[in-house]
Amino acid sequence: MSDTHRLHDLVTQVRRDILRQVHKVNSGHPGGSLGCAEFFVALFQEIMDRKSGFDMNGKDEDLFFLSNGHISPVFYSVLARSGYFPVDELNTFRLINSRLQGHPTTHEGLPGIRIASGSLGQGISVAIGAAETKKLNKDAHLIYTLCGDGELQEGQNWEAIMYAAGNKVDNLILTVDYNGQQIDGSLDTVLPMGNLKAKFEAFGWDVLEVKEGNNLIAIIDGLNNAKSRTGNGRPVCILMHTVMGNGVDFMMHTHAWHGKAPNDEQLETALAQNPATLGDY
Amino acid sequence: MKKYTDTGKKDTRSGFGAGLTELGKTNPDVVALCADLTGSLKMDEFKANHPERFFQVGIAEANMMGMAAGMTIGGKIPFTGTFANFSTGRVYDQIRQSIAYSHKNVKICASHAGVTLGEDGATHQILEDLGLMKMLPGMTVINTCDYNQTKAATLAIADHDGPVYLRFGRPKVANFTAADQTFEIGKAVHLQDGSDVTLVATGHLVWEALLAAETLHEQGISAEVINIHTIKPLDNKAILDSVSKTGCVVTAEEHNYLGGLGESVARVLSQNHPSPQEFVATQDTFGESGTPAQLMEKYGLNADAIVKAAMKVIARK
Repeated sequence: MSDTHRLHDLVTQVRRDILRQVHKVNSGHPGGSLGCAEFFVALFQEIMDRKSGFDMNGKDEDLFFLSNGHISPVFYSVLARSGYFPVDELNTFRLINSRLQGHPTTHEGLPGIRIASGSLGQGISVAIGAAETKKLNKDAHLIYTLCGDGELQEGQNWEAIMYAAGNKVDNLILTVDYNGQQIDGSLDTVLPMGNLKAKFEAFGWDVLEVKEGNNLIAIIDGLNNAKSRTGNGRPVCILMHTVMGNGVDFMMHTHAWHGKAPNDEQLETALAQNPATLGDY
Repeated sequence: MKKYTDTGKKDTRSGFGAGLTELGKTNPDVVALCADLTGSLKMDEFKANHPERFFQVGIAEANMMGMAAGMTIGGKIPFTGTFANFSTGRVYDQIRQSIAYSHKNVKICASHAGVTLGEDGATHQILEDLGLMKMLPGMTVINTCDYNQTKAATLAIADHDGPVYLRFGRPKVANFTAADQTFEIGKAVHLQDGSDVTLVATGHLVWEALLAAETLHEQGISAEVINIHTIKPLDNKAILDSVSKTGCVVTAEEHNYLGGLGESVARVLSQNHPSPQEFVATQDTFGESGTPAQLMEKYGLNADAIVKAAMKVIARK
């Protein structure tokens, strides 16, 4: 494993990047982004076998697809800090003529993005398609994808979940950001989802849970465990329990910061809780 | 007048199937996905020849479109197959975000378009699909007229980089274009020279336009006939060259007059050469059960309707 101190520093810096991006344009989605900072850092810095540079076809490397595109701030921060594009470009988040659109897109040619997402429920299907192409190409690398828990209310997911198990798409690792919140409130108040683990298992998936999705070591262990379970005839799902808004005390345990930016004062408080480590952009 | 011969009625969907079979042999990157309509789409032979490149997704069109988008990443050229209704309206947002906006090299192949689907009725007879698809930035939209042209188009779209909507149908119709034709995307096919009126037709209405031109000829009216197989990008020059000569146009399509070929032609003319135009198309209505011929007659989509529209538009010059 890489130096965990460095990875923890990166997580803190990513939190600062998320907060500063959404504050500058007074829009964007900090809550879910903060909750997934550890996951993105673990995936891009520790887990995925990535080539340097970017090409759309991504042959002979692991690929990642973000289904819940609204958490673009964390995706952009980690892509930039993993070398896909200059960190300074985070300054252009959601501005006109930017490659960093509100939701991720291939349309402006931002390296690291392989599909547009934002309209929910489409990412698992795309990931399955890419996984099938990997198999056709005799490419042993893996496909990773992340979706939200509330996002699973979209029916297309269940078409995809059924397909992946029925067709033994076992080079695929889906992580569900299980933070229990969506725009209008908790999952249980908006539309109760029942037992997600039992649902995935009933569809034929190999499911594991990471109880501490905001513990860097726990998520690295969980992802490594998932990796070790690929190639066994079943797609793998990680139910990753996270806290929305993690790392900023007043943003935690509430859906209030799903799509709301902090004001100047709130930003100052939030940044004080996450002192700069690698340097701001 | 040039003489066109029906070499024997065939369904356009079989032209698609034949093209896909040929692509299976010639292009190892071509893969096919189908949502439980393999027989209806004539994809059986491709499936039998290349089981590893055929993906049965079940009755799950949204997942099919997303998967097709993902399969392009790594260099595959996915052809999706289902009815036109389930290829467009049912999955519009999947096509919009994962395919069109993401500019993925997916070929959306849609059979049973329009009222000629017949007895199944309006739930399955989409008359809005050309409009839906042509409004998507970057989408190429093709509606072929017979078996031979559908086969040629199927081969051609595999070599085109970008998303394509290929529309064809269920019934057996006249097969009159050349078996060895080269299909050029975006290039209209000039079928008859004429001086009094231009007939611009697409899909099943092209043969009807040729029949109409013969009837008009017998009445001393000279009709130019253009086969617009590509609705987008539209061959503006072919339309303008012809209408500048004839001074009026009839557009003919198995589609709602809102959003179809007719409106595209009207836009080109109004911007460049305003001219009288009549629309042979459905009049903002759903279809219904019946035989294809009965429905084409009831909804005014045959040679007779084109002749009447031609008379009307010539009188407006």
